[in-house]
Amino acid sequence: MKAHIEVKDLEVSIQNIRAVRNVSFTLYEGEKLGIVGESGCGKTILMKALLQLLPSTATIDSGEIWFQGNNLVTLTEKELQGIRGKEIGMIFQDPMTSLNPTLKIGYQIAEGYRRHFPLISKKEAKERALELLQQVGISEPELRMEQYPHLLSGGIRQRAVIALALASKPSILIADEPTTALDVTVQAQILDLLLQLQQSILLITHDLSIVASFCDRVLVMYAGQIVEEATVSELFANPKHPYTKRLLQSIPRIDGQEKILHPIAGSPPDLSIPLQGCAFCSRCTEAIDICRTETPPLFGGNRCWKNDKR
Amino acid sequence: MGATAVGKMINVRNLKKHFSTSKGVLRAVDDVSFDIPEGQTLGLVGESGCGKSTLGRLLLRLYEPTAGEVHFDESSLFSLSPSELKKWRQEAQMIFQDPYASLNPRMTAEDIVAEPLKIHGIDIDPDTIAKSFQQVNLNPQHRSRYPHEFSGGQRQRIGIARALILNPRFLVCDEPIAALDVSVQAQIVNLLKDLQKQMNLTYLFISHDLRMVRYIADEVAVMYLGKIVEKAPTEVLFKNPLHPYTKALLSAIPLPDPALEKKRRRIVLHGEVPSPLHPPKGCGFCTRCPLAKDLCRESSPPLNEVEPGHFVSCHFPCIN
Repeated sequence: MKAHIEVKDLEVSIQNIRAVRNVSFTLYEGEKLGIVGESGCGKTILMKALLQLLPSTATIDSGEIWFQGNNLVTLTEKELQGIRGKEIGMIFQDPMTSLNPTLKIGYQIAEGYRRHFPLISKKEAKERALELLQQVGISEPELRMEQYPHLLSGGIRQRAVIALALASKPSILIADEPTTALDVTVQAQILDLLLQLQQSILLITHDLSIVASFCDRVLVMYAGQIVEEATVSELFANPKHPYTKRLLQSIPRIDGQEKILHPIAGSPPDLSIPLQGCAFCSRCTEAIDICRTETPPLFGGNRCWKNDKR
Repeated sequence: MGATAVGKMINVRNLKKHFSTSKGVLRAVDDVSFDIPEGQTLGLVGESGCGKSTLGRLLLRLYEPTAGEVHFDESSLFSLSPSELKKWRQEAQMIFQDPYASLNPRMTAEDIVAEPLKIHGIDIDPDTIAKSFQQVNLNPQHRSRYPHEFSGGQRQRIGIARALILNPRFLVCDEPIAALDVSVQAQIVNLLKDLQKQMNLTYLFISHDLRMVRYIADEVAVMYLGKIVEKAPTEVLFKNPLHPYTKALLSAIPLPDPALEKKRRRIVLHGEVPSPLHPPKGCGFCTRCPLAKDLCRESSPPLNEVEPGHFVSCHFPCIN
């Protein structure tokens, strides 16, 4: 399989917080890869690092991000503009804040498209925008073209954002919590739409249930690290890291008989203080002595000393 | 659901709340009736804009209704005088969605929890405050910290301690876990369940997350466009949903199980919820219902009891 994007030993810090620690992964062509973690685990910072959209307080300390033969970390802003949005599309959580409230929907899509393809005329760009709105299943696209974002419901806005992201036919789409702000019935519509329209997707979410239906492979993030990497069927059938196991137990289900939930006690560690040992050990019920003193490396896809088979 | 039932703590009858806006009348809550027995939880679910928060606020008389009645024990909530109302507020409290916005950032945790006592002119005893901290599993030593020094889950515990300090009997929990991480959501739901047992509390638990509602509610009511479209004991509703909207809602929730997900047949609803400013004629759900027939576009179905305790408002309920 061809690798689309390859991240090697990425380290990102925000002032004194080590937000992304030693992260390596590959997104293959045609793959739907999920990154799962709770708030503050570094998943959004990781996504912003991939696109070089980090806030000014954050720095990439080390690591490489390979895409189409380039290391994105070393590219200039001008070179990045030819990739960001054009080759790598993005969808953010809140469809209201990612659209410009003062511009009509059709204009925003057409302009975004012309930005990447400056030789295309305004008329052609407008036709492309209309075609995209139809493609993402917006009814009455001619009318919607002329409307401002505040007139649209959350679901339609997110469809417009998808149209915007897919306008230049990017080879990868990065979607950061694309359905978190939406109702469940609309969430189902949007996920179906993404599966129909895009081949290679990096989906960032806190919801393991979405991963189960959407992704092929999944990375579980905790305290800035990838603690487990597996195919979706493997992860749900046979989770190896205690954090993954406990996370799966804490998700409520609409089927099944159990009437008790099993939360994970405590809260994630403060990343501004240097960590000793495994980041999860203070909340882990299976922790052994070595967990408190030494950081576990990856043992065949997961970071847990209990799985050290050497 | 006829006359006022006895032994039910909360009685809601034909409750309506219409807001007049510049664009017309918005029917946020449109003729809703139900009871909540003492010590039980009614889960109220529905998508954004369906009127569930407005209904929660009506039950605390934070809004005046357009029509209808709410009885709390024997007394009629909307005919209480201002002084009676203030006294009644000790009995009924609220837990809010956003633990960031609902706590004053300039007050210490202790002052936040003690504020209801102050408002009701009750002496503040440091022991009472310490006890209420312990009750929600907060460390009383952190009493003089400010909200920003706590995590989201801890903040929600402060909100719960504040709601319980007056020993209320009824709590409206409006999306109390929506802003929290999954692992913490389970902590809060378990805490609410434990407190309910200890203090014999009655809850109206408002949520858009049917999965969590299943763990806490004894009965579930599903709202759509200001109306209750289905209501049943929790297990009955999840095992045997009869309204096409409830079915679609349940089938839209992803299961944390890839093997089951592959086998599942999903009902994907098309379109959007109509605006409550211009609800469709007939059944509110007819514009999106895969089973809608002419009758549905003509007349609004009543809420019928199709089996004991199971109410559904549909001309053609999906009875197997």
